Amino acid sequence: MSQVMLPAKRFVVSSVSSDAHMWNLVFLQLLLEEQGAQVTNLGACVPDDLIVEECRRSRPDALVISTVNGHGHLDGLRLIRRIRSDPDLAGLRVVIGGKLGVRGAENVVFAEELALSGYDAVFEADGGMESFQEFLGTLDAPAGQSALAAAGVAA
Amino acid sequence: MSTPVSMPGDAVAAARAGGRFSRHVHRAHAEGRLVVQPRMGFADLATMREGLLAVRGADATATGTVTLDSYTRVNDHDSARQALRTGAELNGFPLVAHGPGATRELLGSVSGPGFPVQVRHGSALPYPLFEAMTAAGVDATEGGPVSYCLPYSRAPISEAVKAWAQCCELIAAQPDPMHLESFGGCMLGQLCPPGLLVALSVLEGLFFREHGLSDLSLSYAQQTHPGQDLEAVAALRRLAGERLAEADWHIVLYTFMGVFPRTSVGSYRILEESVRLAVRSGSERLIVKTPAEAHRIPTIAENVDALEFAASIARDEAARGCDAAPAESGVYEEARLLVDSTLELAPTVGEALIRAFERGHLDVPYCLHQDNANRSRAYVDPAGMLQWAEAGRMPLRVGRGAARRPVSAKGLLTMLGFNEQRFDREQLTHGHLRGLQYPGRASRQGLT
Repeated sequence: MSQVMLPAKRFVVSSVSSDAHMWNLVFLQLLLEEQGAQVTNLGACVPDDLIVEECRRSRPDALVISTVNGHGHLDGLRLIRRIRSDPDLAGLRVVIGGKLGVRGAENVVFAEELALSGYDAVFEADGGMESFQEFLGTLDAPAGQSALAAAGVAA
Repeated sequence: MSTPVSMPGDAVAAARAGGRFSRHVHRAHAEGRLVVQPRMGFADLATMREGLLAVRGADATATGTVTLDSYTRVNDHDSARQALRTGAELNGFPLVAHGPGATRELLGSVSGPGFPVQVRHGSALPYPLFEAMTAAGVDATEGGPVSYCLPYSRAPISEAVKAWAQCCELIAAQPDPMHLESFGGCMLGQLCPPGLLVALSVLEGLFFREHGLSDLSLSYAQQTHPGQDLEAVAALRRLAGERLAEADWHIVLYTFMGVFPRTSVGSYRILEESVRLAVRSGSERLIVKTPAEAHRIPTIAENVDALEFAASIARDEAARGCDAAPAESGVYEEARLLVDSTLELAPTVGEALIRAFERGHLDVPYCLHQDNANRSRAYVDPAGMLQWAEAGRMPLRVGRGAARRPVSAKGLLTMLGFNEQRFDREQLTHGHLRGLQYPGRASRQGLT
């Protein structure tokens, strides 16, 4: 919590298209703002187009996807393929976290596929917040390896 | 606008005779039984049917539930169809993708006068779904232009109002209209003070009346303090009695919908508290949660266990005739003020709701929807009661003791986890289990 980020990092926080949960997004915004970041919170049930449009427009330091309805492994996969197919967004740092499937502890099976499909880090449920904090600490490093190491997901 | 639509006497009598969903609920209530209902939805027809049959067979007075999946909720029926084709896992029953024919057949094989089924969805623009539900002969559904728009979608409130008006009129035109429940008492699941929850439930009830419906229920979700919740349900009953006198309505209580206890003992204890609240407050129906809630979607067996547990606590509570005292925090007065002042904003309830949110006259704390002012803030006070910290532009008095300091991420987590802490504390210290096993020794083992 004592981390200082200068100059202010800019984040886009968003849910995925079919997920209506909101408290996770409210929390993430507060968490990032407390660390000096600027946050654009797109809210719940965000269509892929809107996320892509916002990232193209505002060029954030990272896009943070948070989803807990169990469709993350489907919607999140479609979203990252869409993002990575856009040449302008190929290098954007994108992470996803939450409850990514409907299998409880077994949701980890989805993490690898999501990481392989282009997420820089994947944070599943309980262990996720600590790894996410570590990820924030890596934002000044070059994109790619450090974030994956922080999340403990092999790409 | 503060009085309900007036109807001649015989029309009133006709209106009061609700469909079989309401008849089941009223019959059980008259016999002193609480109707309990799960949250349950599976993608394939066979598992959905198995789940409904298990609920029907539970040792409880139950109604069935078909919870829809998130794709159907946002009208992405193609993704739902694709998931059915590929066998991808969905978090509920894709009713439109299955179609009215298959749904009618499913419901016909399990439901009846003693076991009506409600479809639960969460859709802000549900006209295609309502067409499928009326074609499938569904007994009951739920939602509302505010309660399913602000928390669950990006649709403008004005569009949701238009869509829900059409849905209500579609139901009203059926020979045997579906029961419709307002989800207004559950906004964001937690951290919305009871006065606003009660007001939104009643306002959506008035909206349903305005569009021709008379077979309704009004909701309220368990919050953080049993006395305040008891006061809130009494306020809802009183206000609904005054404003919806010519409709057939009942109250449905929800077991806490926020961050749920993670331990099995903790989850049964919060469920128990909600059951006792339901019986003490005279609520007719209760939507339960299960110990799986904090971790994943519950199994059929876990749902049945929770229903049977709730039914046994309800019998116990009814036999006790406990006289728990409601808090006196002015929930009724606050709700009435919000309802009346909102209705003054426009000639119709729908338009009044649109204008009220537009100007922050109604403002759901922390709600990120673009049509919500998001200036109001709530907090859990030291006694465990939900209070306003900031009223935004709502016409409410905020107590001087209110914490005006902006809430931190950690502070938010603490408030969101208030009930989790309250009910898990003892099991996590093992004191509760020791107490259960060796009751005589509990005091010596230091349960604090």
